[in-house]
Amino acid sequence: MKFDEFNHLAGMEPVKELQKKSESKKAIRISGAEAIIHCLLEEGANLIYGYPGGAIMPVYDELYKFQDQLHHVLTRHEQGAIHAAQGYARVSGKVGVAMATSGPGATNLVTGLADAQIDSTPLVCITGQVPRHLLGSDAFQETDIIGISTPVTKWNYQVTKASEIPEIIAKAFYIARSGRPGPVLVDITKNAQFDSLDFTYTPCKGVRSYIPVPKADPKALQQAADLINQAKKPYIVFGQGVILGEAEAELKAFVEKTGIPAAWTILGLSAMDSDHPLNVGMVGMHGNYGPNVLTNECDLLLAIGMRFDDRVTGNLDTYAKQAKIIHMEIDPAEVDKNVKVDVALLGDARETLSRLLPLCEENSHESWLAEFRAKDREEYEAVIKNDLHPTKEGLTMGEVIAQINEASGHKAVIVTDVGQHQMVACRYSKFRQSKSSITSGGLGTMGFALPAAIGAKMGAMDREVVAVIGDGGYQMTIQELGTIFQTKAPVKIVVLNNDFLGMVRQWQELFFDKRYASTIMTNPDFVKIAEGYHIRARRVDNRAELAGAVAEMMASEEAYFLEVKVEKEDNVFPMIPSGASVSDIRLK
Amino acid sequence: MHTMENQWFTISVYSENHVGLLNRISGIFLKRHINIESLNVSKSEIEGISKFTIVVNTTENWTRHIVAQIEKQIEVIKAFYHTDEETIYQESALFKIASHLLFDERQIQNIIKESHAQIVTVSRDFFVLAKTGRRSEIDEMHDQLEPFGIMQFVRSGRIAVTKAEMPITALLAEFQQA
Ligand SMILES: Cc1cc2nc3c(=O)[nH]c(=O)nc-3n(C[C@H](O)[C@H](O)[C@H](O)COP(=O)(O)OP(=O)(O)OC[C@H]3O[C@@H](n4cnc5c(N)ncnc54)[C@H](O)[C@@H]3O)c2cc1C
Ligand SMILES: Cc1ncc(C[n+]2csc(CCOP(=O)(O)OP(=O)(O)O)c2C)c(N)n1
Ligand SMILES: [Mg+2]
Repeated sequence: MKFDEFNHLAGMEPVKELQKKSESKKAIRISGAEAIIHCLLEEGANLIYGYPGGAIMPVYDELYKFQDQLHHVLTRHEQGAIHAAQGYARVSGKVGVAMATSGPGATNLVTGLADAQIDSTPLVCITGQVPRHLLGSDAFQETDIIGISTPVTKWNYQVTKASEIPEIIAKAFYIARSGRPGPVLVDITKNAQFDSLDFTYTPCKGVRSYIPVPKADPKALQQAADLINQAKKPYIVFGQGVILGEAEAELKAFVEKTGIPAAWTILGLSAMDSDHPLNVGMVGMHGNYGPNVLTNECDLLLAIGMRFDDRVTGNLDTYAKQAKIIHMEIDPAEVDKNVKVDVALLGDARETLSRLLPLCEENSHESWLAEFRAKDREEYEAVIKNDLHPTKEGLTMGEVIAQINEASGHKAVIVTDVGQHQMVACRYSKFRQSKSSITSGGLGTMGFALPAAIGAKMGAMDREVVAVIGDGGYQMTIQELGTIFQTKAPVKIVVLNNDFLGMVRQWQELFFDKRYASTIMTNPDFVKIAEGYHIRARRVDNRAELAGAVAEMMASEEAYFLEVKVEKEDNVFPMIPSGASVSDIRLK
Repeated sequence: MHTMENQWFTISVYSENHVGLLNRISGIFLKRHINIESLNVSKSEIEGISKFTIVVNTTENWTRHIVAQIEKQIEVIKAFYHTDEETIYQESALFKIASHLLFDERQIQNIIKESHAQIVTVSRDFFVLAKTGRRSEIDEMHDQLEPFGIMQFVRSGRIAVTKAEMPITALLAEFQQA
């Protein structure tokens, strides 16, 4: 098998000729559909995901003509296209682009839009629409995608005239990537694709009613520094805002100077080295023991680019009530939304951290840090030891993740789906580099990982990408194996098969007296399915073979599918039962 | 003022005039299962800028969250919320009543006089009364006229101006600098 198409992608460069076009500023007379292509290229989007259909055909016709410059990846479902665009965006920091036809094509994007909206992923989605004169007539494949997508987009717009295209697409990219990023949908009627316009391109530099980054308050900065300098038990919880704002180096410098222990949320994973001495692990429902329990013992909680999700805070009435709270946040609507804060540091985390650094004294908090390490030992004895070095016969999810860490040299991008395997992968993966963990956090979209891994691979060609997926979620977007087959994207796929909708089964066991209503899965032969797509595949059900199989997978130059049969009824611990306090996190 | 008790708030939103924005804003209330008691959209004191006036009955805490979410929408320039005490506000109502009643029922003429309602038009079959004022005044007039028979009734959304300044022009200038 050769990786022709994929290598072609890897070698593709941003287009020179087109860049000239915008420099010359001379209008060219072209169709709306062609204008869309030029806009994408102007924005540096030369790799997009989508699926054709009637109302977007003029654009696909142009894609055909521009295929040397703009690569379109045909997924097997529009949901696959948008999740791939999300994976691409999250690994690269660029805007992901997905394209679909009207009606069912557009509605198939909705789950991905909602996912990108809640996880702040920059996307531009372009949908075809019936011609202007048929709007509102229940025409064939007409659906009100503007109405449907409004609550799940940062912005959306319906273009009905060709002449609007350059300005609106420029605005779409600007809005998607600026400030707190998010998905934007542009719906373009078919007449606007066919009609001609005088095309020039000016990138959008601002929208008068929109402030992407709020102004910082210098007084608040000093107040925050005073609190930090006085605190005896300060504690940092950081999240995806650090990654979105590319503030990793600033965070590291800040943590090292102030000596403050720092924990990450799931979406903050990989923003710091896993083994940094001041990285104390993960907060939240299935986070680490110390970071949760000690949230209620710190005297200062410094939240950086995280939004106090309920999976992080547990019961708000008993969350960090003893502590002063500082919140670094780019979105004013997040301040005081869930947790009332003492000092709000509005603005971009990178900028805020670098301005705060000189105001803070060099410090260390050894005995406070030791409290985290003591809790780590408790968690190790009660949970981690059995997860990573099991003495029972059946394989645990944890030992598979540990093998992947080992075989990848901690360098892979880990893309996870939703469920127990996700929690285990997030808990045990080790990261050395930022943007290495991609998961559906806020929406918890099963079916996310396989297509997102395809996009991640294309957004980071030089990196290994390993998708870790449950047997349930895998079957929600399993058709994307076809995309892997066609593009030859060398994605590594690990299905942790417990023959259960494991996460739900765990809740049924713990809170519904083991009534396993509709969580038992009768699964197909996953190896045969992968082989049907000509993807190398292997199944492992015993410890003796595990390391070898993982090593073989990591060594493979092509895509590889590995099914690991794991214990059916293992549970993920620690766990904060829903509605409980972070202090009441259970170790078993 | 207790932030956890329900009370009336007038939310004023200054925005670009954009198709779809009303949907976006009303969705923010829908998402939180909060009923919009009244809604009015008009031009504002600034050329080209629209103003939404939205009345809700909820807690101050919710109102603050809603306003923050509204303000976050791309086309929204600024949103404010105010209590009744902080605003001057009115609603308008039209009453259509059969003309013969004006002559048969002397009481109606008294109601018109006392309520300071205006007679907008009189035709052979009906006449129309307009009344502008507080909700309670309009309700009271409605109750008084109802026994005689009201052919049609309609009341507008609240419109309000605040006692304090709303510095939109300054804000817009700032926006343009950024
Ligand atoms: C089954 C399941 C279990 C889960 N369990 C856990 C768990 O145990 N622990 C856990 O942490 N999560 C858990 N989650 C995920 C959880 O639901 C949230 O998605 C996650 O906690 C959100 O993390 P965040 O606040 O860091 O990221 P986001 O939700 O992305 O929030 C980032 C915040 O940073 C702000 N921001 C963005 N850019 C910048 C910038 N440049 N500067 C400053 N601020 C910025 C944003 O405005 C936003 O407020 C779970 C999810 C699932 C599906
Ligand atoms: C689209 C979607 N539907 C339902 C759920 C609810 N849900 C969360 S985890 C889970 C089970 C996942 O099972 P599997 O993929 O096998 O992973 P496991 O938990 O067994 O590792 C379900 C059904 C969801 N998150 N997403
Ligand atoms: Mg499973």
